[in-house]
Amino acid sequence: MTDYAVELRNVSKRFPGPTGEEVIAVNNVSLQIRDGEFFSLLGPSGCGKTTSLRMIAGFELPSAGEVNVRGRPMGQTPAFQRPINTVFQHYALFPHLTVGENVAFGLQMKGIAKTEIARRVAEALHMVRLPGMEKRKPKQLSGGQQQRVALARALVNRPQVLLLDEPLGALDLKLRKEMQLELKTLQREVGITFIYVTHDQEEALTMSDRIAVMNHGLALQVGSPNEIYERPNCKFVASFIGETNFIEGILAAPGNGSAQVQLGEGALVRADASAGLTAAPGQKITLAIRPEKLHLPGRPGDANQLTGQVDDVVYIGTDTQYAIRLPGGHSVRVREQNTDPASRPLAQRGDAVTVSFVPQAARVLVD
Amino acid sequence: MLNLVRRHRSLRLVGLLGPGVFWLLLFFNVPLLIVLFISLVERGRAGGIRLPPVYTLKNYADVFDPLYLGILGHSLRIGLIVTGLCLLLGYPLAYFVAQRSPRWRDALLLLVMIPFWTNFLVRTYALRLVLGADGLINAALLGLGLIQQPLDLLFNEFAVIVGLVYGYLPFAILPMYTSIEKFDYSLLEAAADLGANPVLAFWRVMLPMTLPGLVAAVVLTLVPVVGAFITPDIMGGGKVEMIGTLINRQFGVARDWPFGSAISLVLMALVLLGVVIYFRSGSEQDRRAL
Repeated sequence: MTDYAVELRNVSKRFPGPTGEEVIAVNNVSLQIRDGEFFSLLGPSGCGKTTSLRMIAGFELPSAGEVNVRGRPMGQTPAFQRPINTVFQHYALFPHLTVGENVAFGLQMKGIAKTEIARRVAEALHMVRLPGMEKRKPKQLSGGQQQRVALARALVNRPQVLLLDEPLGALDLKLRKEMQLELKTLQREVGITFIYVTHDQEEALTMSDRIAVMNHGLALQVGSPNEIYERPNCKFVASFIGETNFIEGILAAPGNGSAQVQLGEGALVRADASAGLTAAPGQKITLAIRPEKLHLPGRPGDANQLTGQVDDVVYIGTDTQYAIRLPGGHSVRVREQNTDPASRPLAQRGDAVTVSFVPQAARVLVD
Repeated sequence: MLNLVRRHRSLRLVGLLGPGVFWLLLFFNVPLLIVLFISLVERGRAGGIRLPPVYTLKNYADVFDPLYLGILGHSLRIGLIVTGLCLLLGYPLAYFVAQRSPRWRDALLLLVMIPFWTNFLVRTYALRLVLGADGLINAALLGLGLIQQPLDLLFNEFAVIVGLVYGYLPFAILPMYTSIEKFDYSLLEAAADLGANPVLAFWRVMLPMTLPGLVAAVVLTLVPVVGAFITPDIMGGGKVEMIGTLINRQFGVARDWPFGSAISLVLMALVLLGVVIYFRSGSEQDRRAL
């Protein structure tokens, strides 16, 4: 039997709402988080990701379902008895204690010997690249440094699972990028399971081994960054992660792995329908195609060729983005890398062009 | 003229601080100097001071008579008991209020403050009606058949302590509430996350962080309670002597103003000494609390 680091089995959390009715923050979520994995809960604010995290930590108890840590059902176990530590969104460092005392707190609670505590605190601060900062007060540190202290305070306890609640949210962009890579490296070094809550899709893609995309209390899709980006299973996932063109169409012929889709104006295209397509012929569906998977001008070998007119050309440095109006009235965005030494655009506004894509680049979504 | 004031910061400072400083000097420091003066001269035959003034240190020497030192010690003991009770009762209450929704909080704070709008004497006499031999408590206990004889609840040290706790509890609650209300409860979650059970989390995180409020509460209750004279008089029925009642008597029936002034100043010096010692040993944070 495989023991997951953390397993959520049909977990729900209901809160009494402000006007008396119940609010479902987490709705029947099941997740299996593997040992040593960097797992992200990704979604917009209010999607239930933080509530899920708080149920794993023990700050909230599920209204239904079960949280298991290393195969052990947590039941009513209070937070202070769980083998889990948390890095809080606003760090929650104890302002009346020094950095050293903050980091030592968890070890003191375990009744570890003083000399051992001092050694491990120094080691933890070294690990987060703040050696010798024991005597400072949290207030004397920058946001990034406080973040590292929070990390050291949690990791020094060698938890089985580390929870991180949007820990980089308060940092500026440059520092955030640095910390992302640092966190990922740190996680690989210590080998502890990280469960990371974020609303920043790029952050989740950069750092995670696997991601659960959440919305309205539901875990919509769980998979590697590649799976989530390349094979989104619904419109929300496709639009929340990266940029996507949605083109409405009618399913002409569902095939085995690939389907024929009728777009407006009679154009018939082949698209990817690998993941259990439930739609019947004649049903309305949505095609999702990433802008960078569309080619301009159309490549001769591609199975799907569309014609259209260039509405807009936007130069964004590494790429140029073209807005193409298709005959059916749909507008799609096409992104081409600026490989030309002078970054000359491939088409001008008003040009009649062809756009192509391979069937695997277009996902058939039913919802 | 206005331009002159605007240009010279010191002038503006004098203009702003002047009136306040003037009133402080007039109503606090001048009377204090008068008390100091009286404490250093001989008493008059029918009260007041002997004129022309004859300077002496005898009044101070009298304060250190074992009899009066005993009363002082007794006052300090009652002060510490009352302050301790105020903290023990006030902290949970302040915490309870701080936990409510904003609307409830205001209503509950109002309840804490309402007694201030009633005359202190009236309130203290009302308490006598509760504790007296035919008061509420005794009547209820007798009525229930729990006791055969009324309990001696009034005119003793117990009654004085009850009266003082009742009178000074709001002074303890309000500063503690201010501290608790600012407390960030996510720190308790952080403590729990790090393995602290609720008792340890309170002891190691919440209590030290709300300490400024506690210190303010101690100063605001201990100082006036040690010098209290109305409550010990009314609730003690003249049987409980405190330093405040002693001073009060010197200016009243005993007609020994110089001795009364000397005790007052010794008491003040003691309180000042205590505060100074505390702040010398306390942290920066505590100092800012006041």
